[in-house]
Amino acid sequence: MNKQSTWQKIKGWSLFLPVMSLLLVMAVNIIHDIYIGANPLSFFMITLRQTTGNGTILYGRIIDILNRGSEVAILSIGMTLVVSSSAGTDISVGSVMSLCASFCCMLLAGYGVSSTTTLARPLLVGILGGIAIGVLCGMFNGTLVAYFGIQPMVATLILYSAARAIGLLLCNDLIVYIRNDSFGFFGGFLGLIPTPVVIAAICILVVALLLKKTALGMYIQSVGINAKASRIAGLNSKRIIFLTYMLCGLFAGIAGIVASSRITSADSNNIGLYFEMDAILAVALGGNSLGGGKFNLAGSIIGAYTIQAITTTLYALGVSSTQAPVFKAIIVILIVAIQAPPLKAYFKKRSAAKQVKGAAS
Amino acid sequence: MKKVLGAIMLTAMAVAIPAAAAHAEDLISVGFAQVGHESDWRTASTKSCQDVFSEENGYDLSFVDCDNDEAAQKEAVRSFIEQDVDYIIIDPIIATGWDTVLTECDEAGIPVIVIDRTIDDSDKYAAWVGSNFKTEGLAAGEWLKAYADKMGIEELNVLTISGSTGSSAQIGRSDGFNEVAEKYGWNLIDEQTGDFTEAGGQEVMENYCKSYEGQFNVVVCQNDNEAFGAMTAMDNAGVTYGPGNDVILISYDACTAGLEDVKAGKITADFECNPLAAPFVEEVINKLAAGEEVEKEVYMVEHWYALEDQIVEFEVDGAAQEMTVVTDEVIEAQY
Repeated sequence: MNKQSTWQKIKGWSLFLPVMSLLLVMAVNIIHDIYIGANPLSFFMITLRQTTGNGTILYGRIIDILNRGSEVAILSIGMTLVVSSSAGTDISVGSVMSLCASFCCMLLAGYGVSSTTTLARPLLVGILGGIAIGVLCGMFNGTLVAYFGIQPMVATLILYSAARAIGLLLCNDLIVYIRNDSFGFFGGFLGLIPTPVVIAAICILVVALLLKKTALGMYIQSVGINAKASRIAGLNSKRIIFLTYMLCGLFAGIAGIVASSRITSADSNNIGLYFEMDAILAVALGGNSLGGGKFNLAGSIIGAYTIQAITTTLYALGVSSTQAPVFKAIIVILIVAIQAPPLKAYFKKRSAAKQVKGAAS
Repeated sequence: MKKVLGAIMLTAMAVAIPAAAAHAEDLISVGFAQVGHESDWRTASTKSCQDVFSEENGYDLSFVDCDNDEAAQKEAVRSFIEQDVDYIIIDPIIATGWDTVLTECDEAGIPVIVIDRTIDDSDKYAAWVGSNFKTEGLAAGEWLKAYADKMGIEELNVLTISGSTGSSAQIGRSDGFNEVAEKYGWNLIDEQTGDFTEAGGQEVMENYCKSYEGQFNVVVCQNDNEAFGAMTAMDNAGVTYGPGNDVILISYDACTAGLEDVKAGKITADFECNPLAAPFVEEVINKLAAGEEVEKEVYMVEHWYALEDQIVEFEVDGAAQEMTVVTDEVIEAQY
């Protein structure tokens, strides 16, 4: 009896389905490894590896998922807040990432320089400059949505198309290479751990604390549920919506710096390409409604790593990259479908019926 | 809002029209619709055009970076027609859907020169100038055979990081290399796309290192940017590459940064894809202006690069190939 109630408790947990989805995706690898006769847990093995130039690092697929999923995880924080407060999505984050990376690299290399090994300005100036541009983009989006009342998708469409192009202008239509180890740090390693993982963890922690220790989370949700009622209750709805877009821009900036640092260059055509879609998907996979209101930040983060887990799993299974998007789509449909309200209601009804039946006998 | 937007558009047009009309009479006006600037190669191609078709050389170049947007590219070509330029250069983002636009150019009496990528569904252009990607693939394959024989490597297990799926460079290089691989019975383990980007090459190689640990001794990257990414991933997996190490690293494009890595003993051999099409295009334009016949397909001269010890003799389609030793002067002269 006690055991069943624990199970019920787990099933009732709001993150049950997102976590289950993530675990199921990774479980596919166990089946695959048994099938090919390898160590069933080889996908999950984390070992120490001597690298050429980076000392000893943690090495394994799980580390890859955490590492490569960092950008989308960081983006999904901002996206969750935006979705919650305004019932809309910020589709400019991928382009803003590219713009921030371009601006940062332009500052560090100097305008018009396409390849350099020495920094033209202190590293911190470049990094903060890049992030500041992200915040500025967020404020622009926030102003349009909150104060001009433009629909979020339309408002963010402007930077979606313009930001990447501005980035190109800043880089003089070149890929700017900064082959300098200090810049590579943000995409490299901090001791044993990939730096992007650490950066993502810090971002998540700070926001989680902010939501927990202040009333901000509740404010955002109440604005998302009913902006008018919240205003009457004394909240400055517009300012809160503005704030969420600004935060979203901030995180796009941080993600842009990480992506750029990974390749120690500003590849404005490709950095953050389609990342806005992954970020929105992460929010949805985390069981959050895109209709705004209540949100679960942890869900979105798990969603982000689920997307990366799918990608890494497809690589591990050796699915050709031309077919991979099809499999990705199928898995995503399954995960979203099992979280759909009608199916949830059906399972609830069935388990209730089972309980009644069990009680009767 | 509408009024403001309208006003902005009017201002933009007012600025644009005099700019277009300001063509000096004696300059030859050339419109160039470039793909984008996704790699060093592309940047070099752009720069080559800007250098050759400069004002000092008697040209007035309208350059449009289409940012990999095929609709924008067709629009750019139409705007060239409206500006009534003398010649149009197109590097087509995709191979199909060109007939209508090229017919419009034809009717306007503007000769079109296609460079680099090909147009499959229309022949209403004056000439195509570009690389033979299959020859590049064949050369890489035949070099590998000769090099492996020299080094006494018997078994070749190849991993490929290919370019954007369906691009003519990817198709040509894969076809050429795989043809050679089949001929000599090499083991082609896997081929995944890195989309010609460094980030793509990094992620694919990171996964290759785990999936095929200790099972491969050749990595073929279909451009230098992918090779840069693959090197980072191999560094982090503790795999050594380059001449005399575990893995033979083959790359295409041979941009300056790529050749620097050849010189540093990281890339074993680099097969050039010449981006400097502009001089060849100028030749075509000169011929057209003189009313001479031009060849429909113009192939550019290309070089294969390696360090002294990796230079071997090989043939492609019965023609002996000459390799270039990478020195500081060679790197300096490269785009």
